[in-house]
Amino acid sequence: MGNKEQMLKDIGIVDFTLTELTLYLDTHPHDRSAMEYFNHYNRIKNQLMKEFAQRFYPLTLDYADSNKEWRWGMAPLPWEGACN
Amino acid sequence: MWNYVKKLQFPVNIKEPNANLAQVIISQFGGPDGELAASMRYLSQRYSMPYREVAGVLTDIGTEELAHLEMVGAIVHQLTRNLSMEEIEKSGFDKYYVDHTIGVWPQAAGGIPFNACEFQVKGDIITDLMEDMAAEQKARSTYDNILRLVKDPDVCEPIKFLREREIVHFQRFGEANREDCSKSEHAQYNH
Repeated sequence: MGNKEQMLKDIGIVDFTLTELTLYLDTHPHDRSAMEYFNHYNRIKNQLMKEFAQRFYPLTLDYADSNKEWRWGMAPLPWEGACN
Repeated sequence: MWNYVKKLQFPVNIKEPNANLAQVIISQFGGPDGELAASMRYLSQRYSMPYREVAGVLTDIGTEELAHLEMVGAIVHQLTRNLSMEEIEKSGFDKYYVDHTIGVWPQAAGGIPFNACEFQVKGDIITDLMEDMAAEQKARSTYDNILRLVKDPDVCEPIKFLREREIVHFQRFGEANREDCSKSEHAQYNH
């Protein structure tokens, strides 16, 4: 349970790990240990994305369930630089 | 189809504007070896790629290049916001400013507009993959050149990240070009 900046940093780290594993698995589709790593970090990422959306705003439309206001549209833009 | 993630792949948080640097770095937005050309090259080459694994590599790297395009756009945007008119005139940014104000438009550092002639879709697996490997090296060289011109660590860090990704992509395209990946049992023959 960190603050917004720390959580975004953590999501960035896990997301980057998944990007690397995806490209590796694209050319090594039978590497079981890499697939285990992928599944492990994917579970962590989904948990963090869900928690971030509940506490702050949704980072993807999958987590954009809103009732009072359209939080997806009101979220900060990535190029603003304050907290990406 | 695609899903958007409302964050950058690597943080960009530049405190000091610098219009001189922005005019150089914009080349990796819309220049000959920039991220827009990279993404369009890979995503367009997919349709004639007969091997499913290789088309998968093109999809995932082409997608990551869009994230890099967004990062370069963020760098140019943050380097050009809050500039005084005096700074705009002194830095030579006035020639860009007159046409685009401080919007981010795809062009090379020399002012040449983005052009699809910077990349090729040949419809031949070997030709396209060799072009892709060369493209990653050309982008890496451009980032090396940019790093020689940049002193601000806020700009260096994301540029260093982007440079490293060129090397990883070169490696993956090289693997895609190998017999054991691109000639596997899952290949489709749909020429």
